[in-house]
Amino acid sequence: MATNTLTSTRGTLLRLATAGSVDDGKSTLVGRLLHDTKSVLSDQLAAVERVSRDRGLTAADLALLTDGLRAEREQGITIDVAYRYFATANRSFVLADCPGHVQYTRNTVTGSSTADVVVLLVDARKGVLEQTRRHLAVTALLRVPHVVVAVNKIDLVDFSEAVYDRVEAEVQAVARELGVVDAIAIPVSALDGDNVAVRSARTPWYSGPSLLELLEALPPSDDPANESFRLPVQLVIRPQGAARDEQHRDYRGYAGQVASGVVRVGDEVVALPSGRRTTVVGIDLGERTLDEAFAPQSVTLRLADEIDISRGDVIAAAVDAPEPTQDITAVLCWLGDVPLRPGQRLLLKHGSRTVQTAVRSLDGALDLDDLHTAPSEALSLNDIGLVTLRLASPVPVENYATSRRGGSFLLIDAHDGRTVAAGMVGATLPTGAPAPTRPEGDEAWEI
Amino acid sequence: MTTTTNVTTPTASPLASTGSAPSSLAAGDSDDRRLSHLDALEAEAILVIREMAGELERPALLFSGGKDSVVMLHLATKAFWPAPIPFPVLHVDTGHNFPEVLAYRDETVDRLGLRLVVASVQDYIDDGRLRERADGTRNPLQTMPLLDAINDHRFDGVFGGGRRDEEKARAKERIVSLRDEFGQWDPKNQRPELWNLFNPRHRPGEHVRVFPISNWTEVDIWRYIDREDIPLAPLYYAHEREVFQRDGMWLAVGPVSRPRDDEQTSTRLVRYRTVGDMSCTGAVESPARTNAEIVVEVAASTMTERGATRADDRISEAAMEDRKKEGYF
Repeated sequence: MATNTLTSTRGTLLRLATAGSVDDGKSTLVGRLLHDTKSVLSDQLAAVERVSRDRGLTAADLALLTDGLRAEREQGITIDVAYRYFATANRSFVLADCPGHVQYTRNTVTGSSTADVVVLLVDARKGVLEQTRRHLAVTALLRVPHVVVAVNKIDLVDFSEAVYDRVEAEVQAVARELGVVDAIAIPVSALDGDNVAVRSARTPWYSGPSLLELLEALPPSDDPANESFRLPVQLVIRPQGAARDEQHRDYRGYAGQVASGVVRVGDEVVALPSGRRTTVVGIDLGERTLDEAFAPQSVTLRLADEIDISRGDVIAAAVDAPEPTQDITAVLCWLGDVPLRPGQRLLLKHGSRTVQTAVRSLDGALDLDDLHTAPSEALSLNDIGLVTLRLASPVPVENYATSRRGGSFLLIDAHDGRTVAAGMVGATLPTGAPAPTRPEGDEAWEI
Repeated sequence: MTTTTNVTTPTASPLASTGSAPSSLAAGDSDDRRLSHLDALEAEAILVIREMAGELERPALLFSGGKDSVVMLHLATKAFWPAPIPFPVLHVDTGHNFPEVLAYRDETVDRLGLRLVVASVQDYIDDGRLRERADGTRNPLQTMPLLDAINDHRFDGVFGGGRRDEEKARAKERIVSLRDEFGQWDPKNQRPELWNLFNPRHRPGEHVRVFPISNWTEVDIWRYIDREDIPLAPLYYAHEREVFQRDGMWLAVGPVSRPRDDEQTSTRLVRYRTVGDMSCTGAVESPARTNAEIVVEVAASTMTERGATRADDRISEAAMEDRKKEGYF
């Protein structure tokens, strides 16, 4: 069984993100993973050793491998996501090391949104902290396929099974409340490397895999190729007189990434929002032609009929195409410095389409202390809330619960272009009845 | 049921000399459609390039003739095929570039029918807008001509071949990264970059830098060059060259890199892992003459490419971060 799993993940890419409260040891764990997979080269290690020595440390501070900014090294904290790369004989990994400070939660949202697995660190001495809850909430909302809880600094609690059991039970209870049912816990010492790359003799009571063994074997359970076919059109490729080869003068193709599913030559598809149907007659990837394409390949589709399709439209399987809509409810992670208030107008980007939107109502915000939804007048930086939006034109959104790609969107401030929210269509918040706070004269906000 | 990964190569590739057959499927089973590591990186880069072409008014692509920008250009030809790349390429010429790299740059531009914009550091030195540095390196001098070219041509987005594995400040960079009206990068206040939804919107005067190959490592670049059979400038492959040793690097003997009296010259079999300013780019001793040999060499290397070959990054612990904040690539 284990062999089968490794065979099926061989040669693939796994994206992971770290999470957890400040000082729980995220950067040290990342440094340890890089070091123990021989991903740290001699000049990088020499630089870390030199800086560590200058600071009077007796051993190399592996956190310095990822804390690359001047301010990070000065303050000994992580400010922004650092991306690192490592590979084993079986798999390649892209790792987003995310900061733990509350003001940098938006970076945890950034790291988690593309992650296949979040490694949540918890200090064995401290258990669940506010940021642990916040990060678990973000992980649950963003539907990261796998959550691994690394109960860190196990060396500082004398490798105690009782302490580990208590912390694990505490984390799992919070995780279950937030809807994460299959978190896997591992006792580790990032500093010493126990159970990071290899299983430790100092935790004989633990019989599970090391962190690296687990990461090598995790199945990509959330494979978008298993969903229905969708392709947001990024560009219409029509070379005309500019064709580099005369035979392509009349070429007309619709370029985009297969967001989900599989498309084959001969498939009947529908263009959204127009609803016009046609058939796929060709699939190109550069100059290669393919019989089929699947998520997440970037391809160009040729269609049987010259129907009106432009950038921003979605080409979908004709059999179960989503219904374009102007009214959506969604959960937002608010990432803007200026709070969100009902009535506000913003831009919404979904796939390759950007439309105007108005916030019709703020229907509640998540209280992270007792994990229930409470009425709220505004969403501030790092708040998580439920909203009702009205869109200026119909967009074929899907439920985030069934499609991470089809259900996700950005909210953008039209004035300065900033991304102010991560949105998830149809998502719900953990518990408590939402109490809407609609602005007066609701109709005024229709667009 | 079996699925065929059919591969046909109807016409000559613009960049690749032959159409080698990349394997799209990691496994041949129709129930197990999973992209290989390299195919996933390719798909992501093409997504980014197309999305920026759709969102931006006047993008340009930084093309130095170096391997990373060549790979980026190859990905751009795939993104728009069979149409040509719909934007110009921009080269900041330090005046100290390797002549064979400039020749390669011009050949490639001709072959692909691209429009080339050159911003010349030498011009700035000649008319006094920039002054030569005491250490002779011109890499940090590239920032002003780059920003002026962006302003003069009203480029609102610039594609760069920067990779996050190159350097620790680059590891912090977004794929789509905002620059203010002075071209500055503010690493503490970067936009969240969510799912694969990229947002390059900005105020007038600002622009974005776009790094489609952010997630590629040096060995990924070489595996891809090998797989796609992308031609490169000859100095990436082992050749005999007259060199001398300085700060643990082999520098070529040339007009801008003269040995001092105490530095011995010798002729060695070397190749370049990075290609930049001749005065500060070192060669490595290597017998690797083919892409496949280089893949093996790079995978086994115990030094980073910049650590092994770039004097400009040794100036301080935060040399790259400081240059990037000012508007460097």
